[in-house]
Amino acid sequence: MANLALEVGRTLQPEAILFWILAPLAVVSALGMLFVKKAVHSALLLAWVMVTLAIFYIAQDALFLGIVQIVVYTGAVMMLFLFILMLVGVDSSDSLVENIRGQRPASIAAAIGLGGLIISLISRANIGVETIGLQDANSMGNVQGLAQQLFTNYVWAFEVVSALLITAALGAMVLAHSTSTKSRTAQRDQSIARFRGASLATAAGLPSSGVFARHNAVDVPALLPDGSPAPTSISATLEARGDMLSSKPFELEAKEVEED
Amino acid sequence: MDISNYIYLSALLFTIGAIGVVVRRNAIVVFMCVELMLNAANLAFVTFARVYGNLDGQVASFFTMVVAACEVVVGLAIIVTIYRSRRSASVDDASLLKR
Repeated sequence: MANLALEVGRTLQPEAILFWILAPLAVVSALGMLFVKKAVHSALLLAWVMVTLAIFYIAQDALFLGIVQIVVYTGAVMMLFLFILMLVGVDSSDSLVENIRGQRPASIAAAIGLGGLIISLISRANIGVETIGLQDANSMGNVQGLAQQLFTNYVWAFEVVSALLITAALGAMVLAHSTSTKSRTAQRDQSIARFRGASLATAAGLPSSGVFARHNAVDVPALLPDGSPAPTSISATLEARGDMLSSKPFELEAKEVEED
Repeated sequence: MDISNYIYLSALLFTIGAIGVVVRRNAIVVFMCVELMLNAANLAFVTFARVYGNLDGQVASFFTMVVAACEVVVGLAIIVTIYRSRRSASVDDASLLKR
């Protein structure tokens, strides 16, 4: 890229090394986003691209934006993405049936054309400025400089953005809100159901697990007064997983009881 | 290294994001590609702020981040709403108008 027109200035050697290490990694992980099957892997690759961009911001004297990029993007936005992914189903993969025939090659061609257009445009552009650098603008500190801009020249945009944030929060609440069709069962309803049921055997609640005084664990059924194990004292999940111990070894021997 | 390399990187990432938006079917991945495009634009903003020696580009980038956060919140809420009624997060399944 030696004969390109957009000659705006040169960086120092360490920044060049940083760029040539991180930029290919960013491009590779961005490309990986397109090719990986699982959406979670896509999200992790995007998080890496965002961290790379944060490093580039810091290298370009935008310390505040670099920190905000990590905190807001990789911290908040990507976690929100992962949260929704877990909610919607991690294993939901792309359908391979094409709804519109020839859409994929056509769209790839169009997007590559767009990229070629942008890159060729950049390479022929001439902004006629040598890089000034942010030493003067950041002389009071990057955050102070940004704050001064934000609360003088851009104060109106800042206020509009606050309105936008409130609107977005409200919109998300309205969209995510769902009215339940039946009322939730309250403690009173549960109590009535227990006592008005067919049998009063479980009216006082199910027995708790564990064999008291000899062994105490959630995976061992409790012993009833007659010495038999109580299967209802074990969580159905443990039982289904087969993580249940027998309470046989913990039963008191009848002879021992008689001696006492 | 020329500073314009940052702009080329930004254009490249923007293009990759655009390809992702049109090619991927999962609505959440499409959304992540939109985020990638916004990030690429931010990189160009920050680079031009450095070239011109003032902080206007960084302020623009800051506003982009705020708008992107709003967009993510509303967009993901829409995806969750669609998923709740249709049990699918694929953009191809939302083709009711076609039939």
